[in-house]
Amino acid sequence: MSEIPGDLKFLKSHEWARKEADGTITVGISDHAQGLLGDLVYVELPSVGDHVDAGNGCAVVESVKAASDVYSPISGVVARVNQALSDKPETVNEDAYGEGWIFVIKPDDAAQYDELLDPDAYQDLLDQA
Amino acid sequence: MSLSQTPLNASHRALGAKMVDFGGWDMPLHYGSQIDEHHIVRQSAGMFDVSHMTVVDLNGSRCREFLRYLVANNVDKLKVSGKALYTCMLNAAGGVIDDLIVYFLREDYFRLVVNAATREKDLAWITAQAQAFGVSVTQRAEMAMIAVQGPQARAAVLSLLPEADRAAVSALGRFAAAEVDGLFVARTGYTGEDGFEVVVPATRVVAFWDALLAAGVKPCGLGARDTLRLEAGMNLYGQDMDEQTSPLEANLAWTIAFEPADRDFIGRSVLVAQRDAGVKHALVGLVMDDKGVLRHGQRVLTAAGEGEILSGTFSPTLGKAIAFARVPAGAAESAQVDIRGKLVPVRITKPVFVRDGKAV
Repeated sequence: MSEIPGDLKFLKSHEWARKEADGTITVGISDHAQGLLGDLVYVELPSVGDHVDAGNGCAVVESVKAASDVYSPISGVVARVNQALSDKPETVNEDAYGEGWIFVIKPDDAAQYDELLDPDAYQDLLDQA
Repeated sequence: MSLSQTPLNASHRALGAKMVDFGGWDMPLHYGSQIDEHHIVRQSAGMFDVSHMTVVDLNGSRCREFLRYLVANNVDKLKVSGKALYTCMLNAAGGVIDDLIVYFLREDYFRLVVNAATREKDLAWITAQAQAFGVSVTQRAEMAMIAVQGPQARAAVLSLLPEADRAAVSALGRFAAAEVDGLFVARTGYTGEDGFEVVVPATRVVAFWDALLAAGVKPCGLGARDTLRLEAGMNLYGQDMDEQTSPLEANLAWTIAFEPADRDFIGRSVLVAQRDAGVKHALVGLVMDDKGVLRHGQRVLTAAGEGEILSGTFSPTLGKAIAFARVPAGAAESAQVDIRGKLVPVRITKPVFVRDGKAV
């Protein structure tokens, strides 16, 4: 079990979010989630400029085994996507909390970020499962 | 309900396997990376615990006569002891009860290896049909089975056999088996690679598994087994065909022996009628050059009408998505697959993608 970085927030559905210095929110899937999915072979990215609503699917990660929606933890506009995942989706398996980030949101309402689960609450959720 | 375990369950856990419920069996999905395991089998040697599969022995003087009637392929092709035959076992309506391998050992002794998920209904069906022939049906639950597959698989297994037995096993042709040193070694598999499937007494299987590990054979899970068999063009019972499917519509016509015409087998009259009328569907291969993964249940749109994906996956060898699909007869060359509402172009191919490590 890898350590959950302390500067992240989480959704119950296993997405992580990190607030950057410029106020944007970087989003990925948790190390636990990538472990459940197994080897990723495809990541369907949102388009830069799309508006996404918190809780709605806006990317898809596909392993050999299954396809899984990635829900946006926060409402806002897609500012950047991790294009490198198109050729190397396995980066999510190797470094879920780092190079395996999926997209960046410019939030409509920065306060939404504070409502997400903190690392301890997310860890509790995993421990209960 | 608690899951059934094979005698290798603790071995899998000690190797860090991710375990899954596979038809009521607690089986390894992978030991870290199913894609790595896939490549190992294509490039060197991997092993699979397939002890959940069912070994059934048939004994009686009328064994051959019974099997001529029970299965759709013709066991009269089996002339030399040890030879094996892949076949479907059909119901009276021509639907597939199961696919299996028949081994001819002696005129009064044949061995079947049938699927795990169909064990109960298979045993009930075989036992019921066998009565009229005075053939006894014995499940060999005390047997475990390991499939060792890949270009270096045979050498690895041979290295573990007593010196005196190696020549006999080394000489085995494809689809043939020999009993040596209490092991039943068959040159068969479900990966499209060379190798052996070895029936081992459960009491010896942990030691045999450990010896294979020490010989450099890597453990592989059911995840890799599925991508390997799909690349190799091999059907999975329950997904690519079942009791509602004719083998003629499941790319299994090659396993139906209509000749000699006077051999009656269960389902024959229905298949003859289907063949003469012309089948309405075909099982074809699909290859998607765009990124993404083809999945079971996705809709396939062809010029001849709509079909659906039976088995779909990402092919580690080709680096793109592949699938088996059942489509209207006559569909050719190209089609579209509905992936989450988006129509993605695919190529229609023969349902075999990789053989002996290379793209077909």
